[in-house]
Amino acid sequence: MIAETGLAALWLAAGLAALQFLLMILGLRSGADVRRAMRSIAIIQGVLTLIAFAMLLMVFARSDMSVALVFENSNSAKPFIYKVAGAWGNHEGSMLMWLTILAVAGAFVALLAHRTSERTTTAALGAQALLALGFYAFLLFASNPFARLSPAPMDGQGLNPLLQDPGLAFHPPTLYLGYVGLSVAFSFAVGALLTGEVDSRLARAMRPWVLGAWILLTLGITAGSYWAYYELGWGGYWFWDPVENASLMPWLAATALLHSINVLAARGALKAWTMMLAVIAFSMSMVGTFLVRSGILTSVHAFAIDPERGTFLLALLAIYVGAAFILFAVRAPALKEGAPFELVSRESGLVINNLILSVILGVVFVGTLYPLFVEAVTGEKLSVGAPYFDAVAGPLALLLAVLVGIGPLVAWRRERRPVFKQLAIPALFGITALAITIILDSGMRILPRLGFTVGAYLAAASFLPLANRNPIRAPLATWGMALAHFGIAVALAGMAANAAFSSERLAVAKPGDILTVGPWSVMLADVTPTAGKNWTAIEAELRASRGSGAITLAPESRFYSDPPTETSESAIRTFWNGQLYTVIGKQDGSGAWQLRLWWKPFVTLIWAGGALIAIGGALALLGRLWRLVWWPWRKREWRQERYA
Amino acid sequence: MSRAVRFAPLVLLLAIIVALVWRLATPADTNVHSTLEGRPVPAFDLPAILPNKPALSSADLASGQPHLVNIFASWCVPCVTEVKVLQELKGKGVPIEGIAIRDRPADLADFLSRNGDPYERIGSDSQSQVQISLGSSGVPESFVVDGKGVVRFQQIGPIEASDVPMILSKLEQAR
Repeated sequence: MIAETGLAALWLAAGLAALQFLLMILGLRSGADVRRAMRSIAIIQGVLTLIAFAMLLMVFARSDMSVALVFENSNSAKPFIYKVAGAWGNHEGSMLMWLTILAVAGAFVALLAHRTSERTTTAALGAQALLALGFYAFLLFASNPFARLSPAPMDGQGLNPLLQDPGLAFHPPTLYLGYVGLSVAFSFAVGALLTGEVDSRLARAMRPWVLGAWILLTLGITAGSYWAYYELGWGGYWFWDPVENASLMPWLAATALLHSINVLAARGALKAWTMMLAVIAFSMSMVGTFLVRSGILTSVHAFAIDPERGTFLLALLAIYVGAAFILFAVRAPALKEGAPFELVSRESGLVINNLILSVILGVVFVGTLYPLFVEAVTGEKLSVGAPYFDAVAGPLALLLAVLVGIGPLVAWRRERRPVFKQLAIPALFGITALAITIILDSGMRILPRLGFTVGAYLAAASFLPLANRNPIRAPLATWGMALAHFGIAVALAGMAANAAFSSERLAVAKPGDILTVGPWSVMLADVTPTAGKNWTAIEAELRASRGSGAITLAPESRFYSDPPTETSESAIRTFWNGQLYTVIGKQDGSGAWQLRLWWKPFVTLIWAGGALIAIGGALALLGRLWRLVWWPWRKREWRQERYA
Repeated sequence: MSRAVRFAPLVLLLAIIVALVWRLATPADTNVHSTLEGRPVPAFDLPAILPNKPALSSADLASGQPHLVNIFASWCVPCVTEVKVLQELKGKGVPIEGIAIRDRPADLADFLSRNGDPYERIGSDSQSQVQISLGSSGVPESFVVDGKGVVRFQQIGPIEASDVPMILSKLEQAR
């Protein structure tokens, strides 16, 4: 019954979404009643999808093998947490999760949107309903998560062991929440293009959604990068893999949107551009979902592929994005842009920020899809690798990081003060870092060297906006911005340290052999078999020491039985000044084992930086929501916002 | 905003959709064919790694006779079994050149003394640069290079005993 309840809730919700879309057409012409009804419908639709998703969680938790999806993706021997996570560790379940988040976000728009005019909110809710309808059709007609098997099999087929990891339990939901947050921005943009009310009120209504989505995407990318780092056992934190790029592209667009939306909110300018970015940011999330689900580009994430579903997603993408682009082309001329900007002003700074981010986005997009186009035209197979992305995106990112230190110091409208004077101290930091890199390692490559320089400069410059005023009275959003910009500096330093100072040791070793990597000497003490709930493994015992005291690491090479798969579980030990990363590989037949060891100084700064960026975003969001809640109680004179 | 600018995103989207539809419609050929076959070996000049072995550069390959270039490493487990097959090829008069990937002299000397040494020259590719320029993504891989320095064949993965006649015929064709 549980599965049937879920399916029924899904059908009902789909019906309500259709009604919600039809009411939009009515609601735009007339009737406050119709618009109120729409809000209620959106809320009920959100609740129904939540029920459907809860039912799916329940059949997975109970290992109900009569449900085809559970049979294919779960196994009674699995630990409970992975049984539940299995609900979204597969195509159907993850699409249901996508849709649930979408509908719940719609419900929150219906509950909370009071900043935009009623007409724009109505249009946005209609757009949200139309978006949801496509995914309802997708689920109900092409990938029903609740389909039954008769007779019910004895036990399930398991889950890709690579995904049997705490990281998986939270990585996709985080990214999906981010993607869907962007769908709200998309719906608001479409709604505002329909009604023609693209103004600062719209920007303020959109901003918390964009900010929230951006925080989650930042977290999702950071967590995903760490997952790939320790689970795949290659010792790298970013591979420019198509699916990694698929999550990076919406983030780049959202970052640009996050900045341009401030111009719209504060100055009522960049109207068409901001609307375009809102459409592109969500398109990129759909492109991302499509690339992952269709398996059109080979990647380490190719566990989720199916060409037919790819076709369906592509059709949705074409319809939604195409419609939004057409709407944009028709309505853009009607948008009145404000006065042109002064050359030296916060506005132009943000325009430069947007330009660079867009170019990086273009670089990643072209690099990701280029192999496809080349094969379509010439039939030649090729892949675009890290050297291209590093060489093109790296310098652009560094340039952007330099400007990040300057932008927040420049005033809105027109800057008359000599801003560059304030940058003396940060510049000194940068020059000192540069000097240290030259003394330490004169042969360092140019990108890591610049990374250290710009990182040190930006670490100091990011806090200047707080130094110019009483830091305690500065708005939370300003603190958030400073922290996020500081996070960029931290991540930059981590990447530079990893590129410049990592030492690598690949060797075949017998028990008793001692290998050196960086300052460490590592002895392979023993190799023993071990077993877990649904796997067996060989486990190496490594004793590592640098000077005094030894630590023990136990990397494993695991063999899962259902389905038969081999994974390497790296053993990583974190110290304040770096990570020791160890992997055990195959045996050579004469009692020796393949070992891979890395010493990666300060590599953790990369993810610490990512986390700081997200925390900065969260502070800013908190500040904005605080105002949203307290605004109605404040006096009118106080409403004059100072934009950070 | 001019009409061209306004409609540009739409046109771009359509182009991308067409390419993606084409890609979904044509079943992908998952076999990777070497794009270097029929092209000259990219120029490289690798330093020696062992005192008793000469270094390897791309000029050494254009010596008038075909060579087998083997990409290997002492830390690579499949390479251990492959070396025995390479010894057999060497016994049949095939000149074999080695490119050692991310290796250390002591490890490599140990590897060769334990498993045998079929190589005439060994170049040290400590950062995988030449490996990447050769379009090789792992160890071991081997290339049949003709007397003019043109790649004739790429073997991905180890050469096994059953591959010997095929490798010999590729070398013969390259003559």
